[in-house]
Amino acid sequence: MINGVGRYIPDNLKPFISSDNYQGIPRKQIPKKTKVENTQFVENISTIFELINIKSNMTLSFHHHLRNGDKVIQIVAEEIKNRNLLNMHIAPSSIFPSYTNLVDLIKNKNITNIHTNYLNGEVAKIISQGYLDGELIMNTHGGRAVVIESGELPIDVAFIACPVVDKNGNGHGAIGKSACGTLGYAISDLEYAKRVVLVTDTIVENLEEYQIDGKFVDYVVKIDSIGDSSGIVSGTTEVTKDPIGLKIAKDCANLLDYLGLIKNDFSMQTGAGKTSLAVVKFVNDLMVKKGIVGSFASGGITKAYVDMLESNLFKSLYDVQCFDLDAVLSYAKNKNHLAMSASEYGNPYEDNPICERLDFVILGATEIDLDFNVNVTTDSLGNLIGGSGGHADIAHGADVTIIISPLVKSRIPIIKEKVMTVTTPGSDVDILITERGIAINPRRVDLRQKLKNSNYPIFEINELLEMTHKITGVPRKIETDDKIIGYVQYRDGTFLDCLRKVKDEY
Amino acid sequence: MFRSLLFIPGNNPSMIQNADIFMADGIIFDLEDAVSISEKNNARNLIKHYLDNSSVLPKQVVLRVNSFGSEWFIKDLEILKTKKVNYLLVPKLDYESLNTISSFLSDFEEKEKLEETKIIALVETAKGITEMSLFAQNNRLMGVLLGAEDLTNDLEIKRTETSLEIFYARSQVIYFCRANNLIAIDTPYTDINNIDGLKTDCKYAYGLGMKAKAAIHPNQLEIINDIFSPTKEEIEWAKAIIKLSEENPEKGAFQYRGKMIDKPIIERAKKIIQKAEIFNLL
Repeated sequence: MINGVGRYIPDNLKPFISSDNYQGIPRKQIPKKTKVENTQFVENISTIFELINIKSNMTLSFHHHLRNGDKVIQIVAEEIKNRNLLNMHIAPSSIFPSYTNLVDLIKNKNITNIHTNYLNGEVAKIISQGYLDGELIMNTHGGRAVVIESGELPIDVAFIACPVVDKNGNGHGAIGKSACGTLGYAISDLEYAKRVVLVTDTIVENLEEYQIDGKFVDYVVKIDSIGDSSGIVSGTTEVTKDPIGLKIAKDCANLLDYLGLIKNDFSMQTGAGKTSLAVVKFVNDLMVKKGIVGSFASGGITKAYVDMLESNLFKSLYDVQCFDLDAVLSYAKNKNHLAMSASEYGNPYEDNPICERLDFVILGATEIDLDFNVNVTTDSLGNLIGGSGGHADIAHGADVTIIISPLVKSRIPIIKEKVMTVTTPGSDVDILITERGIAINPRRVDLRQKLKNSNYPIFEINELLEMTHKITGVPRKIETDDKIIGYVQYRDGTFLDCLRKVKDEY
Repeated sequence: MFRSLLFIPGNNPSMIQNADIFMADGIIFDLEDAVSISEKNNARNLIKHYLDNSSVLPKQVVLRVNSFGSEWFIKDLEILKTKKVNYLLVPKLDYESLNTISSFLSDFEEKEKLEETKIIALVETAKGITEMSLFAQNNRLMGVLLGAEDLTNDLEIKRTETSLEIFYARSQVIYFCRANNLIAIDTPYTDINNIDGLKTDCKYAYGLGMKAKAAIHPNQLEIINDIFSPTKEEIEWAKAIIKLSEENPEKGAFQYRGKMIDKPIIERAKKIIQKAEIFNLL
């Protein structure tokens, strides 16, 4: 069947209808985990496999707060390999380039199904080439919480890397030698997995404050190192120096100001890319100039936001993951730097999740099409290179969703007639800002009206496409293989798009 | 007329492709100092291809060629055949080289059936500064750009933040240009990350009488354009003066806010409005 964004979805899956279709549908929650015995402390991962009797066909989950520094998923993968378990289903909240030892496990069918919100690197490459025997399901951060709490994604064992754990099984992310900050993506796993294993390298007597509640924890494993906390840095801590990126960022900040969105008590979220950081800097400058104090900033938190909190430009930060070590330190010491779970952040069935309290969000795009649908999951050839993360969650939740991007990236036009993969429905995308002009979604009559008499270079999105083609020429049509390798699942649990194998010749 | 001219290296395709989107009133495509010897041919080809084929070009195109007498100068002129170059920026210009180049260009233009190309003199030697008054005889000249880095090298002195060492050169350029109805273009401010320094430098140069400034990074353009544009107050003042003069055509002089207004003041007001129109400030 064809779904609400015009994409084919097999009949056995719930098709995406619209981004607000979840309203009126009751929240489905399985009972939260109840612990039946005291938390046990064990010496190694292998013992855990024995104690829980982890066997083939089970589902194991992980979080990605240690990002490229994570060792826990790699240690567990090694144990799966040593025991030659087959048909395992893994559900890491993201898969990073450093998770290289998953490659052989996928090729050898030890791992055959994956739920994740983002993937990049060698694992993404081989899945794009069709090596995953089962299916890849790409969720949003909020959507992952939905499928876990509803029981659609039943987790047999959640392995939660936790920088410090106390004798009661309580855990915290912001202290210890492998500190990574908040552990927002692990909370649903903690509360709903059948078995919960905290993996740590630091055990203390007692934690007065903790994010991981020991009442859900079955086992604690102490290993030498859960990872390298310097690897959690997102790779982007500096404002772009690229003149095009800076122009887009400046135009974006000025547009926000023109629309009256930079006002007292406003709230915002941006990505952590260099251009997004430039937007944050320009917004910061505007706030200082106008004496404005915002309510909160949210998301993955970077030093830029920490500095704004410490300068009293924001009253608080809501942090689901720390993007750099400054954010980790801030979360540890500043009471207004607040942790939030992925569910509190983006679960549409939560009462007033953070994403719905946002005035505006600034997001990137790999592709955007004439219906404003955005792709951040695959490149133009269909290779997996990312995923929604919180993209679709906050695009829907925020009052104004702005995509910033140059019109041409590496000689490839960003605007397409149809995106290769729909990650975020165009109904949730309001404005596209490029270096050559701005397009406003025709659905946002209010924004069009406000900008009607402005000096901004406003175009229809198809005009921007034509402008791009004059520069680059019209790219040839890319074909994909017929084989479906997975699906993009929207935050309400419906399916937005199919992921197809990349053609061998690409 | 321009306030800002942005240098873009001829061997930087991404900058060239986006040359039209920056806030510069003109773009200087640079084939000289920004391009290493091994890149000269590639850069020339790149710019030629861009000018021949791009559907979106900057408002004004300036080409900085290699110096006359270098092995690349004649090849660089091939780009004029695109008919997209508004001005030629010629480095290390003095009286003799200006005349030789003019004569050479005339022959080249006649042979290739091209219209006359105007020249911006890049004056960056002591000889160039002292001979500037002789430039006035040359009809191709439309402006002078002061090149302070090479000039201070020539003088064997240091460039400093105060720029006192180039005060004489700046003054020479300004007075020569004003006397000959040419555009005086100030030397670039080279400390890209020093925004406050750029503002101070622009205000100082503008206050002396420079009419435009070259930039070496797009981030400098907003400040340059801002400082080298008429202010809102100046525009309002000019509008009022012009309105009064139109209402009183028979009067040679009149008063406005207690001050006497006569022909030179009215002319100044007209220039302000002309600039404001060109730079979309009205």
